Amino acid sequence: MNITEANITNNNGLLSKEEKEPVIICKDLTKKFGDFVAVDHITFEVNKGEIFGFLGANGAGKTTAMRMLSGLIYPTSGQASVAGFDVYHKQEKIKKNIGYMSQRFSLYDNLSPLENITFYGGVYGVPRKEIKERSRLLIEQLGLQNEANKLVASLPLGWKQKLAFSVAIFHEPKIVFLDEPTGGVDPITRRQFWDMIYEAASRGITIFVTTHYMDEAEYCNRITIMVDGKIEALDTPGNLKRIYNENSINDVFYKLARKATREE
Amino acid sequence: MNSLVLNNITKTFDKGSVLAVDNVSFSVKEGELFGLIGPDGAGKTTIFRILSTLMLPDKGNASVLGYDVVKDYKKIRNLVGYMPGRFSLYQDLSVKENLQFFATLFGKSIEKNYDIIKDIYEQIKPFSNRRAGKLSGGMKQKLALSCALIHKPKILFLDEPTTGVDVVSRFEFWEILKKLKSQGITILVSTAYMDEAMKCERIALIQKGKMLGLDTPQKIIESYPMKLYGAKADDIYSLLKDLRNYDQVESCYPFGEWLHVTIKNPNADGLEVLKTFPNSSTHQNLEVKIIEPGIEDNFIRLMNTSDNSRDNN
Amino acid sequence: MKQFLAFITKEFYHVFRDKKTLLILFGIPLMQITLFGFALTSEVKNADIIVIDNAKDDDSEKLINKLRASTYFTIYEKQIGYNAIEKEFKKGQIKAAIIIPPKFNNDLIKGKKSQIQILTDGTEPNVAKMLVQYITAITMDYQREINATNSPMMMIIPEIRMLYNEEGNGSINFVPGVMALVLMIVCTALTSVAVVREKELGTMEALLVSPFKPIGVLLAKALPYLVLSFVNLNFILLLAVFVMKVPMQGSILLFFFFSMIFIATSLSMGLLISNITDSQQVALLLSMIGMMLPTIVFSGFIFPLENMPKFFQWFSYIVPARWYYTGVKSIMLKGLDIHYIWKEMVALSMMGTFFLTIAISKFKIRLA
Repeated sequence: MNITEANITNNNGLLSKEEKEPVIICKDLTKKFGDFVAVDHITFEVNKGEIFGFLGANGAGKTTAMRMLSGLIYPTSGQASVAGFDVYHKQEKIKKNIGYMSQRFSLYDNLSPLENITFYGGVYGVPRKEIKERSRLLIEQLGLQNEANKLVASLPLGWKQKLAFSVAIFHEPKIVFLDEPTGGVDPITRRQFWDMIYEAASRGITIFVTTHYMDEAEYCNRITIMVDGKIEALDTPGNLKRIYNENSINDVFYKLARKATREE
Repeated sequence: MNSLVLNNITKTFDKGSVLAVDNVSFSVKEGELFGLIGPDGAGKTTIFRILSTLMLPDKGNASVLGYDVVKDYKKIRNLVGYMPGRFSLYQDLSVKENLQFFATLFGKSIEKNYDIIKDIYEQIKPFSNRRAGKLSGGMKQKLALSCALIHKPKILFLDEPTTGVDVVSRFEFWEILKKLKSQGITILVSTAYMDEAMKCERIALIQKGKMLGLDTPQKIIESYPMKLYGAKADDIYSLLKDLRNYDQVESCYPFGEWLHVTIKNPNADGLEVLKTFPNSSTHQNLEVKIIEPGIEDNFIRLMNTSDNSRDNN
Repeated sequence: MKQFLAFITKEFYHVFRDKKTLLILFGIPLMQITLFGFALTSEVKNADIIVIDNAKDDDSEKLINKLRASTYFTIYEKQIGYNAIEKEFKKGQIKAAIIIPPKFNNDLIKGKKSQIQILTDGTEPNVAKMLVQYITAITMDYQREINATNSPMMMIIPEIRMLYNEEGNGSINFVPGVMALVLMIVCTALTSVAVVREKELGTMEALLVSPFKPIGVLLAKALPYLVLSFVNLNFILLLAVFVMKVPMQGSILLFFFFSMIFIATSLSMGLLISNITDSQQVALLLSMIGMMLPTIVFSGFIFPLENMPKFFQWFSYIVPARWYYTGVKSIMLKGLDIHYIWKEMVALSMMGTFFLTIAISKFKIRLA
């Protein structure tokens, strides 16, 4: 599939063609672990304020790709820049300019919401005064006033995830990486979560998200489907359904991912 | 004949401060594929643990294959195949060793009972010397299922078997369940994926320990009390905001590529209302249509009408 | 029975595939014994010693010169009284004092024997013990020298007094104590972690819903570690005898039998700990720290129990290591037979049975 063309045919994005401003640029990005090619020459661009869905079967290379882009591991070959910084030489700068949230690790259970915000704000160098003011505001927005000083462990999962997302974007990163942020969350909270994602994107924060919920994939401006370390498809959800002649992204995904030959 | 009966089961934790299961009753017929549908924290795991005799209910009673879950726990433990939500196999043992261990634990042999796991196990057999910890998510689930089946249980409890597993593996897993059902095994399965509800014969929707509904998936869908519309435009987020602010709209939430919308006035032509709302002209490529509601739409509806929806709206 | 065997096989797989367990099993004993052993037997060098030569004759002069020639001591010759010596000790300036009696030479020649007095600082029992050994050795050496030219035999008898801690406590005594410590820690830590790990990984859930009996789970967990601990015991014994040079005066068979009782008690303790904890970390902490301190303090191998307040002395009776330490010393160092250690055996067996009974009766057949 021609990726450049896919970018141009994007009619679902928030920005028109003229305003496009890539914040993630990947070219032939590859990661090998010994003989095993975890990520195999992937090439794409993600634009400012875009919601970019990153799909793939277990073991397709999603996590590895995400780790390279968030400055946690070095690529074997290829080029990539994130928020304008090179993934080989500027890992520290990248980390400052991105947010990260995963289903597994996000908040400290034995700290209160307020303490979590203060901690992460501090880690990312948000000034103390600002942390104080904004954390109060954030607690209000999330409706956590009564829980602000209770331990995170006692919050329902949905609230935790919403709080975790807020914490991940608290330092106003250029890009936020979300690794299966809504696993197991109830359908209403999941939608509230996506409201927050939409809102963040409309403020210009780029959203890079993986999910197992295929209906959520449809909320994205563009999605890629990775199979065996390669990008099998990259387009808007609407175009993908048209191209593969399927009714839902679920079916498109199934069609592509079942071809996979390798497992984790 | 019912394989499984729950009567007013209630379970609390932390000295009664956390209500995990709230007065739940349902029964599962012999040979049925029954689904517990609900998000994390709905109480699904607690129900499984009560049924598999790992926990005692605070109130109510339950029986499995005619045996009481409290008094006859030893009998039940022999007859039930239980696959806990967490991957509960030995990561440092190989595929074969795990299977062997669980077979022996129940006093059975792999050879004698191989027919029941054959279809599933053949898929992971090429990796039988691999450590379980090194398997992919989908293969782990297959191994766990094989281990839960190897003693030929009459009833199978599967707690979120497809969580964290990709679409392809999930699809395969449900195919396996269909086959097991056809062999006469009663299956109680839970999932947080609403779309999987359609693959069950009957389902119970649960949220915060309470049952929201119980029926066949088809009947639950048909019970949706109003018309559901779909709307989309180029900028879906501003359309969402505009529709939510529009006083004719009762609810509006994203659902796949469409927004799912309900209209307050049941007699109004919803399509017309959605085409002509105040800001409609600002939206490019605005499309509206009537939508067939799904399980998830019902779940959302039931959640909102349930008393417990206080902190979700 | 088949189930039980399958369980045990599985347990061995766990151990051999987990480097951490193997490290605990063999790394800790090696480290502890050599660390404790060498730290406590390390040579004393340049210890300050006062020599009070009341004889000032040929022989005393020669003996002092011999002592001076050794690198172990720095000799100060002074003419001071007994009280003054004690003052020097209290100031911590000297480690030992040697008092040579008047008529040293005369006694040797006429009476064919003479005495020298060696005073040491019992607050540092190991140093004191070492010094006594060195001084005695040098004195004996000198005795051999003069006997080579003189006949009949003349004897110098060192009369040793350890001040402040008259009984003394030596490096050889330490090793049985370290053995108790190591076995206790390794056995409790390994078993408790082995059970708790199943809880943490969620495999306990799968075990509980099986018809396998709870007592089976516990015994199947303990048995492999009993075997491993036996292997470990051999390893420790070899270390003790060949590296630390601890003598084995008594019966090896009795030693093994007695040690296995102690190991079984420790394993039962580990099972008990595993019942009351839910995380490997807590279990490890409890068995490492919670066991180490009472074992070190109350087994008597570092701090003499006789000097403790009565309450602590009574308390020491419920510390298994105390019994083991006494028993092992009796077997290894004193060469005593079963008649002298039956009390220790009974005490340990009773404790083990007690722990195991509680562990089994408290074993949860359900989750929370």
